[in-house]
Amino acid sequence: MLPAAFDYKRAGSAAEAISLVSEYGEDAKFLAGGHSLLPLMKLRLAAPSVLVDIGRLSDLSYIRDAGDHIAIGALTRHMDVEKSPVLAQHVPLLAHAAWHVGDPQVRHRGTIGGSIAHADPASDLPATTLALGATYVVQGASGTREIAAKDFYKGFLESALRPDEMLTEIRVPKMNGAGWSFQKFNRRAQDWAIVGVAAWRRGSESGVGLVNMGSTPVLASSVASAIASGASVADAAQKASNEAEPQSDLNATSDYRKHLASVLVRRALEEASR
Amino acid sequence: MKISLTVNGELRESEIEPRTLLVQYLRENLALTGTNIGCDTSSCGACSMHLNGEAVKSCTILAAQADGCNITTIEGLAKGGKMHPMQEAFMQNHGLQCGYCTPGMVMAAISLLEENANPTEDEVRVGLEGNLCRCTGYHNIIQSVLACAKGGN
Repeated sequence: MLPAAFDYKRAGSAAEAISLVSEYGEDAKFLAGGHSLLPLMKLRLAAPSVLVDIGRLSDLSYIRDAGDHIAIGALTRHMDVEKSPVLAQHVPLLAHAAWHVGDPQVRHRGTIGGSIAHADPASDLPATTLALGATYVVQGASGTREIAAKDFYKGFLESALRPDEMLTEIRVPKMNGAGWSFQKFNRRAQDWAIVGVAAWRRGSESGVGLVNMGSTPVLASSVASAIASGASVADAAQKASNEAEPQSDLNATSDYRKHLASVLVRRALEEASR
Repeated sequence: MKISLTVNGELRESEIEPRTLLVQYLRENLALTGTNIGCDTSSCGACSMHLNGEAVKSCTILAAQADGCNITTIEGLAKGGKMHPMQEAFMQNHGLQCGYCTPGMVMAAISLLEENANPTEDEVRVGLEGNLCRCTGYHNIIQSVLACAKGGN
């Protein structure tokens, strides 16, 4: 299958990439690893007329200890997130979630920034960074701004990014020894989650993100509130099924997903509470 | 557009349409048909090859993205008429049935051992999660990879 024809431009810097996208407007798309965008283009679900390849911007591939948080360049590949000693020490939930993305070949190419900017509710990293309270740094023609993960996801594959803005960095607070768990329920090894849960807990503080439970990744704040007010894990987990209106599809009905969400949140919080 | 890349040690330069997929470029422009196209949706792994030494799915990469890169396909493994140790291990352990997934399996398996020279059986199974064998010949494929690792190759 071939994508519809497009013009290909390779950017030598973030500034050049942004200026190219501004020049071509809404018909232009950034291409990072291409593992979300190219499948859509091959199925003709997307047909941008210009691709601006940012895949060579190696200065946006890094994982740095920045004091209270870890700063991750948007073009850092899933494999590098998975294997990062810095993340293993400070944000082990994210490193582990990255291991769940696709398969090794996909993780050699796909990037954390591409996955987040694509804003797929069924992807593992948007919900995980949401649970961790991450901040996304975006750069546009008019400057740089920070968007909290909880304000980023606007609809199915829709985010707060403006057409001329590029995600450049993901800032993830250090977990400071919090317990954590990632639960992914799927039918075959490399599939998308039918439902997934990313969770962490430190005493009465917790964060729970839900994968594939609606049109956006979901922050299950009612679960965290219940934990904060002293509810048991089992009681708090029950709240998860009311957090979203999940879709029905070939894999599961909406009711089944709601049931699964509370079961997986309970398992996740039990593991994170040990 | 013009691209120039090294394929199995040889510099190749071509004029291509930007939408050309890497697998299509290798099969149709360079006549390297050892790499198969299976699902064409980055699920099955039949099109796995090495880009700068790492296994990737070439149905989901533009040839333009590989400009300036180093590509190795199944055709580039044998040296001086001698099979690569992984190919030899697949032959000795009957790691194939119909053979369609084999080039991708071999390329993914070599990449796996590059990253983990002494994997457990479980690690091989998880490491090859991106490659499907419709004959379900997984048992001998896993044995082949373990045998290759054990042989120190």
